[in-house]
Amino acid sequence: MPQGTSIRLEGCAKTFEDGTRALEPMTLEIEGGETVVFLGPSGCGKTTTLRIIAGLENPDDGGRVFFDQEDVTDLPIEHRNVGMVFQSYALFPNMNVEENIAYGLKIRKLPQSEISTRVNEMLDMMHIHELRLRTIDQLSGGQRQRVALARAIAVQPKVLLLDEPLTALDALLRERLRVDIDELLRGLGITAVYVTHDQAEAMSLGDRIVVMNRGRVAQVGDPRAIYFEPEDAFVADFIGTMNHINGIVREGYFETEGGRIALRSPPEGASEIFFRPENATIVEASKGMLAGRVSAAFFLGDRTRLIVEGVGQEKLTIETDGRAKYSEGDQIGIDIDPESILTL
Amino acid sequence: MEKRELPFLVVLALPVLAVTLAFFLLPLVRLTVIAGSGVDGLSAYTAVITTPRYLESLFATTVLSAAVTVVTLAISAVAGVFLERNRFAGRNVLISMLTFPLAFPGVVIGFMVIMLAGRQGLIGEITKFLTGDKLVFAYSMAGLFVGYVYFSIPRVILTIMAAAEKLEPALEEAARSLGASPWRVTRDVILPALKPAFIASGAIAFATAMGAFGTAFTLATNIDVLPMVIYTEFTLRANIAMAAALSIVLGIITWLVLNVARSLAGSTVAAAG
Amino acid sequence: MRRTYRFYAQLGFTLLVCSFLIVPVIMSVMAGVTENFFKGISSGVTLRWVVEVWDLYADTIFLSLVIAIACLACTIVLGIPAAYVLSKRQGRVARMIEELLTLPLAIPGLAIALALIITYGGFRDFRSSWVFILVGHVLYTLPFMMRSVLAVLSTADFRSLEEGAASVGAGFWRRFFDIVIPNCRSGIVAGALMVVTLSVGEFNITWMMHTPETKTLPVGLADSYASMRLEIGSAYTVVFLIMIIPLLVALQLYGQPKKKQAEHFDDLENLQSSTAKSGHMRSRS
Repeated sequence: MPQGTSIRLEGCAKTFEDGTRALEPMTLEIEGGETVVFLGPSGCGKTTTLRIIAGLENPDDGGRVFFDQEDVTDLPIEHRNVGMVFQSYALFPNMNVEENIAYGLKIRKLPQSEISTRVNEMLDMMHIHELRLRTIDQLSGGQRQRVALARAIAVQPKVLLLDEPLTALDALLRERLRVDIDELLRGLGITAVYVTHDQAEAMSLGDRIVVMNRGRVAQVGDPRAIYFEPEDAFVADFIGTMNHINGIVREGYFETEGGRIALRSPPEGASEIFFRPENATIVEASKGMLAGRVSAAFFLGDRTRLIVEGVGQEKLTIETDGRAKYSEGDQIGIDIDPESILTL
Repeated sequence: MEKRELPFLVVLALPVLAVTLAFFLLPLVRLTVIAGSGVDGLSAYTAVITTPRYLESLFATTVLSAAVTVVTLAISAVAGVFLERNRFAGRNVLISMLTFPLAFPGVVIGFMVIMLAGRQGLIGEITKFLTGDKLVFAYSMAGLFVGYVYFSIPRVILTIMAAAEKLEPALEEAARSLGASPWRVTRDVILPALKPAFIASGAIAFATAMGAFGTAFTLATNIDVLPMVIYTEFTLRANIAMAAALSIVLGIITWLVLNVARSLAGSTVAAAG
Repeated sequence: MRRTYRFYAQLGFTLLVCSFLIVPVIMSVMAGVTENFFKGISSGVTLRWVVEVWDLYADTIFLSLVIAIACLACTIVLGIPAAYVLSKRQGRVARMIEELLTLPLAIPGLAIALALIITYGGFRDFRSSWVFILVGHVLYTLPFMMRSVLAVLSTADFRSLEEGAASVGAGFWRRFFDIVIPNCRSGIVAGALMVVTLSVGEFNITWMMHTPETKTLPVGLADSYASMRLEIGSAYTVVFLIMIIPLLVALQLYGQPKKKQAEHFDDLENLQSSTAKSGHMRSRS
């Protein structure tokens, strides 16, 4: 199995025929064997980028795509030897499972014995041996997904490209398959580019995440960096839950409606601070850095989630022990771990 | 709500059922019965099978219709898929031109064939100019064939274009990602996906060709397609029973073809035009 | 956009097919409006052939129009209720009725005409009136109206409209006239265009059933092709084209029954306000 083809994008932008600017010039290096996840809301350009890597779209003049040292920009997808998994799986309805998986091998004119061997390998790897003769309409969503993966990998592609492969599945199935895909990608050691709008998927699968917004890269980094050190408000908001408090910095303190917090090295003129729900603790009403009022409380089993108002313009989301009970109107105090406060 | 509505629904349905019963069902039954009677007490039905003239006509009509269907499908597949997936200036004009003959009665189409291939036809003039010999084929089987293709194309192409619109682009991209050339994509993905449309529109084309009368009438060929035979039996030879029997046979064949196609293709057969 | 060789090859093929279909039409139009077909356009454009056609065949044109309109009226009155009934009932009986009503499409026009003549030929007055031909046309075009309306009625949208109307107290007939019919507008229009176009161009059935007194346009056309000179036949074809082209254009523009969301809810609102005005909620019927 060819491992570790690196991918490099140089200044790849994309403007569509109707004038839509889907992608601003992007330069990115993907190491061989790495799994990179493109994450962002719909319309952010992540699928466009994937299709440029695949060879289904051409970048605007000046953009170039390299696989290892080879410039593949002018190669159409048929000749790039990529494996692609589509959101709708795109399994051929006129062929059964076996024939679908064998299709790429047939195109390459491999001898029948080799095709059979490889197909069997794939069926085993995906644990779908008993489905080999079924037609596509007889398969469930999860099964189709496996067949799609098998078909893409069977040709031993240089890179594996996945376009929101789990989006069409229900939540439970999605979680289960996420684990399977993760195992698969690690086991194969293949370079993989994965597109999703689900940040949980991105964080669990990606070696690195490329967060995108409106055709631009917002941040590139490993999951921890993205989560703990977001570089701007968009990334901070997109990943996990993020609280904002608006206020003014004065004499080393950040002052807001609900109180004030001492900041380590308060940047001048900062008017907003950010923190995650798990970094705040609930204390007695008068004893905290900030004071607020519970507007709603949700029991989540292992935690209680509180929606708190009166601290700044927006409502805050704070999480605390599941055993604590709060009701609407309760006055509470809030302490925030100063290390975790972000100003962006 | 369902049960209480029933009486009203019956009231609504009565007029159409009455009309269909009186003017369609009843006459058809009479036709079938009359066909059962015949010369020398022999049912006209057996005459259909035993008389060479009728058998030949049946055979010729079937072969002609089948050939027309195949050629029309091939032409419409290429042109229809092409028009559906490409956008260029003048595309709509071309589509209008192709579907415009939809409402032409067979007679007009016969006239068109004469314009093209009759004694003063365009093709005649061109071939005379090029080779010195005038090619006239309007009044032969070739002319009939051309006329039948002429009226079949608009209907078939509309159905194929509608089906081509529903083709999933991801399927073709998947095939391409696996290395398939454009020809292989057409063969392995596009054509199989269009199969239901081919069957449905092919069946309609076949059935229409079998029952077509006006074109043959105008071209006044020596070839007796079945509808012409029926016509001559009725009007010129006053052989009502024979005409009836032939009509029933034609009707059954047509109905069978459409039904087989419907079960093969699944969903409703589109009478696009 | 990169145009490949394949593109141009396919384009060329398509253009060839288009010209195959259109060139004869153009030729016949020219033949109908030029002085001398053989000399071509250089001999001058004239309407004399068209005028002659009018003198000879004006009655056929009128009759075709009359029959087409009558056919439309019949298919509306018969077809819309039929489509509604079929959309409401799913059982075997309903499917059999649907099969029966669409059967005329599967039977060649010749057979239908023959059957009618054999059965009703004895009724002199009926046999020699244009109503006889009308019957044939109605049988042939009814399935098209039905299908078109049925397509609109079968959408999920429609069911909720009716349930919405019932929930504000509208009874069966109220629902049928206030909600069902107005909301099939697009289906009725598409069906109407289809019916009129088919009726004007119908030949197979009409030829068998016509009498010298009841000739429609296509019947006249056949006559003229057989017995008249080329110019007359062409001019007559031109007249036919003039009648049929607007219909075809309209078919292309309005022939697809698509529902616009806004239309539904306007009708529901109207119904709600009118039931409110009538002061009391009618019991469900």
